[in-house]
Amino acid sequence: MRVPYSWLREYCDPGIEPGELAERLAMTGTEVERVGTVGPPSAEGFVVGKVLSAEPHPNADRLRVCAVDTGDGERTIVCGAANVAAGQTVPVALPGATLPGGHKIGKAKLRGVESAGMICAATELELGEGPAGILVLEGDGLVAGTPLAEVLPIAESVLELEVTPNRVDCFGVYGVAREVHAISDAPLSAEPWVEDAAAAGEGEVGDYASVTVEAPELCPRFTARVFTGVRIAPSPAWLQARLTAAGQRPINNVVDITNYVMLLTAQPLHAFDLDKVPDGALTVRTAADGEKMKTLDDVERTFDAETVLVCDRNGPSGIAGIMGGQTSEVSDETTSVLLEVATWNGTNILRTSRMLSLRSEASSRFEKQLHPELCGRAQRIASRLIIELCGAELVPGTIDVAAEIPEPRQLRLRGERVEGLLGMAIEQADQRAYLGRLGFTAEPTGDDLEVTVPPDRHYDIAREVDLIEEVGRIHGLDEHLPSTLPSVAGRVGGLTPEQRLRRRTEDALRDLGFDEVVGWSFTDPAEPGRLRISADDPRADGVALSNPLSEDQSVMRTTLLGSLLDVAQRNLARGADRVALFESGRVYLTTPPTGLQADPESAFTPVGALCGDFVGDRAAPAIEPHRIGCLAVGPLAAKSWRGGGEPADFFALKGTLEGVAGLLGLELSVEPAEEPFLHPGRSAHVSVAGEPAGWIGELHLLVCRAWDLEAAVAFEVDLAALIAASPAGEETFEDVATFPAVYQDLAVVVPTEIAAARLREAVLAAGGGLLHAAEVFDVYEGEQLGEGRKSLAMQLEFRAADRTLTDDEVLAQRAAIEAELSKIGGSLRA
Amino acid sequence: MLERIEEIRVEGSAAIEAAAGTAELEELRVRYLGRKAELTAILRGIAELPAEERGKVGGSANKVRKELEALLESRAEILDASELESQLAEDRVDVTLPGAPARPVGHIHLITRTTRQIEDVMVGLGYRVMEGPEVEHDYYNFTALNHPPGHPARMLQDTFYVQSDPEVLLRTHTSPVQIRSMEAQSPPIFMIAPGKVYRRDSDATHSPMFHQVEGLAIGEGITLADLQGTLDEMLRAIFGAGRKARMRPHFFPFTEPSVEFDVSCFQCEGTGTLVDGARCNLCKGIGWIEVGGAGMVDPNVLGFVESNGYDPERVQGFAFGMGVERIAMLRHGVPDLRRFFDNDVRVLEQFA
Repeated sequence: MRVPYSWLREYCDPGIEPGELAERLAMTGTEVERVGTVGPPSAEGFVVGKVLSAEPHPNADRLRVCAVDTGDGERTIVCGAANVAAGQTVPVALPGATLPGGHKIGKAKLRGVESAGMICAATELELGEGPAGILVLEGDGLVAGTPLAEVLPIAESVLELEVTPNRVDCFGVYGVAREVHAISDAPLSAEPWVEDAAAAGEGEVGDYASVTVEAPELCPRFTARVFTGVRIAPSPAWLQARLTAAGQRPINNVVDITNYVMLLTAQPLHAFDLDKVPDGALTVRTAADGEKMKTLDDVERTFDAETVLVCDRNGPSGIAGIMGGQTSEVSDETTSVLLEVATWNGTNILRTSRMLSLRSEASSRFEKQLHPELCGRAQRIASRLIIELCGAELVPGTIDVAAEIPEPRQLRLRGERVEGLLGMAIEQADQRAYLGRLGFTAEPTGDDLEVTVPPDRHYDIAREVDLIEEVGRIHGLDEHLPSTLPSVAGRVGGLTPEQRLRRRTEDALRDLGFDEVVGWSFTDPAEPGRLRISADDPRADGVALSNPLSEDQSVMRTTLLGSLLDVAQRNLARGADRVALFESGRVYLTTPPTGLQADPESAFTPVGALCGDFVGDRAAPAIEPHRIGCLAVGPLAAKSWRGGGEPADFFALKGTLEGVAGLLGLELSVEPAEEPFLHPGRSAHVSVAGEPAGWIGELHLLVCRAWDLEAAVAFEVDLAALIAASPAGEETFEDVATFPAVYQDLAVVVPTEIAAARLREAVLAAGGGLLHAAEVFDVYEGEQLGEGRKSLAMQLEFRAADRTLTDDEVLAQRAAIEAELSKIGGSLRA
Repeated sequence: MLERIEEIRVEGSAAIEAAAGTAELEELRVRYLGRKAELTAILRGIAELPAEERGKVGGSANKVRKELEALLESRAEILDASELESQLAEDRVDVTLPGAPARPVGHIHLITRTTRQIEDVMVGLGYRVMEGPEVEHDYYNFTALNHPPGHPARMLQDTFYVQSDPEVLLRTHTSPVQIRSMEAQSPPIFMIAPGKVYRRDSDATHSPMFHQVEGLAIGEGITLADLQGTLDEMLRAIFGAGRKARMRPHFFPFTEPSVEFDVSCFQCEGTGTLVDGARCNLCKGIGWIEVGGAGMVDPNVLGFVESNGYDPERVQGFAFGMGVERIAMLRHGVPDLRRFFDNDVRVLEQFA
């Protein structure tokens, strides 16, 4: 909302600079985006001049040499306008004045004649369209040399307000003036709509027009007046100047008046050329689905059954509350005007305006719900102006089709609630004063106030708490509100164990050399294809958006891998020679994956949020497990003179994953398994405590190629699965110091296809309760073992909690292990 | 016999003195003092000697044995030291070669870091951290937050909707977690909710995905002044001691009264002017920087969870929300919101 400062001051002059007012408005709830200037940057050097003579220029056909009285004597000004003539009163820019845009006027010779100033056109002063040529002022009573700013709003300051949607009253200049009055206590002029116009026209409004409202729930009030003898002409300079400063283009007097009254009262109006409305009969109805009309902006619009139209006998002539049509538009030939001032259902206007993608000054006000009371105000002001500026006569009577005008709202404001909610006391007398200045009436009843809400604020102020906000903000939060902390007892803050372990996991990956990234939650629907995920895989069925910003951000991701690859690709393209990345974030699934349920036996029952089981009565629409994804391209550590620098491979990343698991006190199970995006021989599924937790592997060459990578290795695990199984925080003491352990090495030759994990399982199973640990520390394949065989060396740790083991006990266990190994084709290496 | 013992002493002493290395010394130990050594045999055979010789021979042999042992020991020390010295000399390395490269340490993303910082501050003030879904019901994102269908405030936030269900959307703020948390927990409640939010908007100051932190405190007698104090504490913890919060009245559908809150500028100490007299570029000379929105939770919102103990006549409280990226941008001078999701490692690695 653009508010020209001089217009505002006509109703309430706070007596301060616009910049200072902007600050006060901001501190009481009305943000001012900026204080701009319309017209010249300063009014300095602009005066009223009288043209004494205007003679042809000796050397130029189109120029006139004028003698102009500017109060300080006579001066010569060369003027290019065709309409300049002796006897005119005109705006003059003297040498030293600066035009809008920064051009500074100086003395200059024009075709050999020295010109000491410039006679200005309306557009040159940003005062509106004006007629072609220079602006001619109504000269009676104007003295040459008078500062122009006293006559015209030049160098006008304009407050650009960011009005919040609840304050529809501040979409009108008078409403802003009332707000300024409330916050500054500067006097407020009487409401400009009190006085009505005299109706001098012939007959009665019903002789000229009729209105039928078929949709009263969508049109709470429709008023109409008729004017005859209308003379369409450009608006006077002051009106053009105000509209221009407020950001509206002047069109003609009738249209300008409707815009002016809207800007003043917040109530939009619409003028019809009555002669183009057959029999003056208007009907308000909902559209037939698919009905069409051409609006004023020359666009054909198609409506649905909830669109409200204002129609004449021949069909639609305007979209209610949004934009008029071309059929009965006011034109230069118009002599009779029907002036519509109506109230529409705000929700319906908002809906239609969104449906049509058509917003107008009118719809942006109607959609916030105007009070029916405003119709009469707008009719009264507009009538006076149409009579005054268009030479028209008002036909007696007003068509007023009103469903029901709401009773003024009565509210009780309890004194103790004001202090109870705000935490600061405000004297009752002050409360009354603030509310009074805002247009409320407030009568004391003991400590309380009985408050009546003015129509302008009817829909905004519906409860006691709304009044508390009003008295609080006018009283001043910044000045008066104390700074205290809630005194409520029994507060215990803290992170949940899951939240702490998530941080621990993220920190572990950081410490292992990985950079955390935050990837986009949305992705390209083609991404699963690039990852070789087949169409029937649930991961190809992401949550799709109905109104994405672009196709490549139209589906929610089902894996972190895509965004990790995108980030890797971008960084390598920028010259990075390696990347080690991880992301801790959600994926969004439409079907539940297996193995995400928290273990009810676990110490951590509410893994909730991490596996998408959020608090609240309604389950989340999608499944949102929190994942940890990790991707490495190139070496994890740099090459040096001592070696190293090998690109990260399966085992490098498996070590990383095991490192993280170790911090969480977990032992992972990693079993060969294929994923479409992984190297089939170097890929695995990860599980923990028997529950699936994710995958790990080197990426399939075709996937690497799709992201311009030579090779990459990655894993993705469900954090909930890890944390549910983690004993972290709940560990119990184990005595490892009182009795010594016995360590023995064991080298076993087995067929190559026996997985190390199988062998280890067999060893651990056979080792009984005394075998505490068995770790593979060497793998060997060679000729002397023979084709198809490999040797694995393991270190065994035997211990008992209650005694020192004897050699015989260990030997017995070892024999049992050998026997078990022979069952799976293994033998001890000689 | 005694002469022989003396010969062993002389011979042995000379050999030990002459030994050139610890290995040779070990051989001498075996030869003179080992199980098969002559001196050992003599000592072992003492019992068979005539009684009058036993004392003399035994004494003499034991004396020689001790003497040789002592000699061996002192010689060993000398030889050890010299051998160690030459060993160390051989082990010398070129200390000017570069060290073995440490495995690079990674970095936590600035958004995560900032979120954690806010979490830690609020945990210290007695709040718990709650999480909610990002794909959310319209009910939680709008309706229960006092944005009824058709409400103009819905226009303020351009919303992504989900294809399969017009009542499902990507949350436009973290505020739905307020409702979910109040459904799950009766008052008093003190919670914050960090997380991703989505709005259909993209330019240097708007990202279709960004992060917010929401806070909610409901109980008996919690006032707007308590919000002021809480914001003061929080902003001091984030932006440094001496900072102050400023609340400006505003409008949000789910709070009444509503405010926007600013922090006093930490570059110009809230004066709007830098030490050299220039206008502060961070706060644009205003002295205050906008941080987020807040207010007293609207009774209508509490009405949606009234059955869980949130009677608006009995309990009240405040809510606040702010953008994580905005705070990170202010604190670290990041110029463009989109840099956060670009994940350029050269940027990531600037924040340890």
